[in-house]
Amino acid sequence: MRTATSTAGRTGITRASLRRPGFAAALIHRLSGIALALFLPMHFIALGTALQGADRLESFLGLTHNGFVRTAEWGLVCALAVHMAFGLRVLAIEWLRFRERNALVVSGCLATAFAVGLLFLLSGA
Amino acid sequence: MTAPVDHAAVGLSATEALRVRVQRGDGVADYVVPRRANQTVLDVVTEIQRDQDPTLAYRFACRVGMCGSCGMTVNGRPRWTCRTRVAAVAPDGVLTLEPLRNLPVVKDLAVDMEPFFEKWRRAHGYFEPGENPPDDFATVAPSSPARQEVDAGIECINCGVCYAACDLVTWNPDYLGPAALNRAWTLVNDVRDRDRDRLVAVAGDAGCHSCHSHMSCTEHCPKGLSPTFSIAGLKRETGKAALRRFWRRG
Repeated sequence: MRTATSTAGRTGITRASLRRPGFAAALIHRLSGIALALFLPMHFIALGTALQGADRLESFLGLTHNGFVRTAEWGLVCALAVHMAFGLRVLAIEWLRFRERNALVVSGCLATAFAVGLLFLLSGA
Repeated sequence: MTAPVDHAAVGLSATEALRVRVQRGDGVADYVVPRRANQTVLDVVTEIQRDQDPTLAYRFACRVGMCGSCGMTVNGRPRWTCRTRVAAVAPDGVLTLEPLRNLPVVKDLAVDMEPFFEKWRRAHGYFEPGENPPDDFATVAPSSPARQEVDAGIECINCGVCYAACDLVTWNPDYLGPAALNRAWTLVNDVRDRDRDRLVAVAGDAGCHSCHSHMSCTEHCPKGLSPTFSIAGLKRETGKAALRRFWRRG
C-alpha cells in the first residue's frame, strides 16, 4: 500500500545511460581533443623562440627539463594516441559499416593508447 | 528479433514483498507489492493501480511487447515494462519507476509522445509512393544489400526507449532522435520510395550528423535494433549526396 509521499525531486533518473562504453569513448575523445588543442599554441610558442636564435630556444627548452613537464609530455602522447584510436573507431562505424556492439573496442582503444604511452616512457624520452 | 530477455525466476532468497518507489507529480510515492512468480514490472504497476491507488496514471495496451506503449524508466534504465521481469531488474527487492526521459510528462508514468512522433514526420519517416502508382509490383530480392539494411531496422515498435536513452536529445531538444532517423534510413533503402527530400530533412543541424555515437539507443533498444548504425548509414548517404552536388557544381 501507499505509505508516504516524499518531497518532489530527482531520483537519479536514467543516469545509468551516461555510463555506457560509447559515452565514455565520446567523452574521452573530446577531452583528449581539448588537451591537444591547448597544447598546440604552447608548441608554436616554443617553435617561435627558435626564430630569435638558438640560445633563446635552448633556454626555453631548459625550462621544460623538470618532472611536471615530463609527466605532461607523457600525458600528451597518451592523449594523442587515445584521440587517434577513438577517431578511427568513429570513422570505422560511420564509413566502414563496422557494427561494434560491445565495450571490447572501446577497451581496446584505451589499451592501445596506454601501450603507446608506455612505449614512449620505455624509449627513454 | 528481440533483445535477449532475462527469464530469471524469483530466487529462493528473495524478499516476499517488493518495495516500489514511483515518481509521481507530487513527489515519490512508496508502495509495497507482494512478489509473484514470473511477475513483470507492468504487472506490479497494474496491481498498484487496481488494488492500492486508482489515481496512479500509466499507459499500456498489448502486454506482449508489440505496441510499444508501456515504456518507463525502471531503476534508472529505460525499458519496456511488459517484457521486463521484476526478478531480473530488482534482485534486492526495490523497484524505482519513473516516466521516460526527454518527453513531457502527462501524469505520473504516462508521457506525451507527441514530440517523438512529430520528429518522425520531420525526418520524413513515412512512405512516399510518388505521383503515379507503379505499373507492377517492385521486385525486391531479400538478399539485396538495400533490403538487408531495411531488415536490420524495420522491427521498431515506437516505444520511445531509445529516445529516452539518447543524451543528444537531452542536450538538443530539436534533435530528431534515434527512432525517427532509423525509420528514415529504412525508407532511404526502400527502392519503391520516391521521396527526394528525405536526405535533406535528416541532414540539418538537428539531424543525423548530431549523433555522437554514444550508442545508448543501441544498448537499450528492447527489439535489439541498432539505430546508431542506421544513423551512420544516413551520415554516409548525406555525405555522398553533398559530394555529388559539389561535383556537379564544380
